[in-house]
Amino acid sequence: MSSKEKSWKEVSIAAVCSKSSIGFLTGDWKTYFPVRDIEKCTRCLTCVMFCPEGAIKWRPEASDIWFDFSFCKGCGICANECPTKAITMKLPRQDEGKGQ
Amino acid sequence: MKEQQKQETIPLNGDEAVALAAKQCDVDVVAAYPITPQTIIVEKFSEYVANGEVQTEFMCTESEHSAMTACLAAAATGARTFTASASAGLALMHEMLFVTSGFRAPVVMAVANRALSAPLNIHGDQSDSMAERDSGWIQLYVENAQEAYDSIIQAFKIGEDTGVSLPVIVGLDGFTISHTLENVTVLGDEAVKQFVGERQLPNVLTHEGKTVPFKLDPDNPMTMGPNALPNYYFEFKRQQEEGMRNAMKKIQEVNAEYAMLSGRSYGDGLVDKYNIDDAEIAIVVIGSTAGTLKVIVDQLRQEGVKAGVLRLRTFRPFPVEQLRNALKSVKTVAVMDKAMSFGGFGGALFNEIRNALYDAKEHPTIINYIFGLGGRDTNPRELRKIYDDLMQINKIGKVETPVRFLGLRE
Repeated sequence: MSSKEKSWKEVSIAAVCSKSSIGFLTGDWKTYFPVRDIEKCTRCLTCVMFCPEGAIKWRPEASDIWFDFSFCKGCGICANECPTKAITMKLPRQDEGKGQ
Repeated sequence: MKEQQKQETIPLNGDEAVALAAKQCDVDVVAAYPITPQTIIVEKFSEYVANGEVQTEFMCTESEHSAMTACLAAAATGARTFTASASAGLALMHEMLFVTSGFRAPVVMAVANRALSAPLNIHGDQSDSMAERDSGWIQLYVENAQEAYDSIIQAFKIGEDTGVSLPVIVGLDGFTISHTLENVTVLGDEAVKQFVGERQLPNVLTHEGKTVPFKLDPDNPMTMGPNALPNYYFEFKRQQEEGMRNAMKKIQEVNAEYAMLSGRSYGDGLVDKYNIDDAEIAIVVIGSTAGTLKVIVDQLRQEGVKAGVLRLRTFRPFPVEQLRNALKSVKTVAVMDKAMSFGGFGGALFNEIRNALYDAKEHPTIINYIFGLGGRDTNPRELRKIYDDLMQINKIGKVETPVRFLGLRE
């Protein structure tokens, strides 16, 4: 075991995090990716509100959204909630690199 | 040294005594679900709330699992938190009991000890909290309503100590204590409030690099009890064990401090010895049965028999040193278990007492009596019979049946 790891005397009570979980990337858990049809998307931001991981973000300079695949777990809530059905969930091989 | 406070003696049953103690401790949150024989605690406390006698957020939850979840969450915000349960209710809390101790949330819970189904039985035995032995909760067991009152007050001071930070169960025998009216001497509201004081919080380092009190606070956000993988989980469990070890000392301190305030103490807080020091035969027991045993010991002493009782008040942490010292010169000991460990070699208490004495230079012969299951009455004649058995073992020097059942139809 690495000597950098803390002993039981050094760890914080109740495992209170001394680091942010922002560095703990969880995006590789997913099976399905959300794929957006830019024509159908009205930028209503419903998906942004519903994403339980905060993985769909607003990009003000482009007045558009983007999916942060470092944290998207592929749950499909965005696709389910999208009022214009602009988002569909696909296997990575079907649409590799076309996530945006 | 504090001066002894003015007190008042009033008739209360064990449950009412518990509710009054919780009220005087000025608890912030109570989340509970009623279950016999604990019901009076919750009923009485809800009366205090309805009458505006307490400043407590009282939550009626839909189950015990939710009650414990609400308590742990409230305690995580720094609130003083109390609940009560028994039997099936406690069993339904099982999962959350481990979460609460792992969160180091010092929730205080009264358990009116009751049998577990099936067959359905609402009466008293200690199967419920004995089954929660390894859930990381401090466990105190009381002998009567007076001690139930005193122990709830002490429990907040023990659990909330920053070196301990652990939840506490105070066990009182169902019906025998919970529903029996006794004269209970109580302290004034102000005296209890001062004794317990404000809840103290240890400091922690947050992910923002700030050192802040250990509580959920929007101004200083923190994550408690998150995922700990194989490289860290073990360290947190060891740290929890340290809280238990610190509790051993704290329980004794609080017992002594409370004695100065009230004039009442329970042994050293861990074990309550009655005629043990020169005893040749002794019984070790948890709970109200000790009261009857003390009367029998008085009778035996008058007859010239060197008999004693050792009541274990603190079951977790388990006071190994104190037990060894108390029992070192006793020849034969009977351990009474008011709970069954099916398929085990005797009950849980028997196992632990024998284990504690194994390393002692000289240890007594130890036998086990399982008794009182499902509220089966244990009368003085049967208890006297145990001492007779111990005398017989002393005489013939051997034990044929180490694990026995008391008051069972064969």
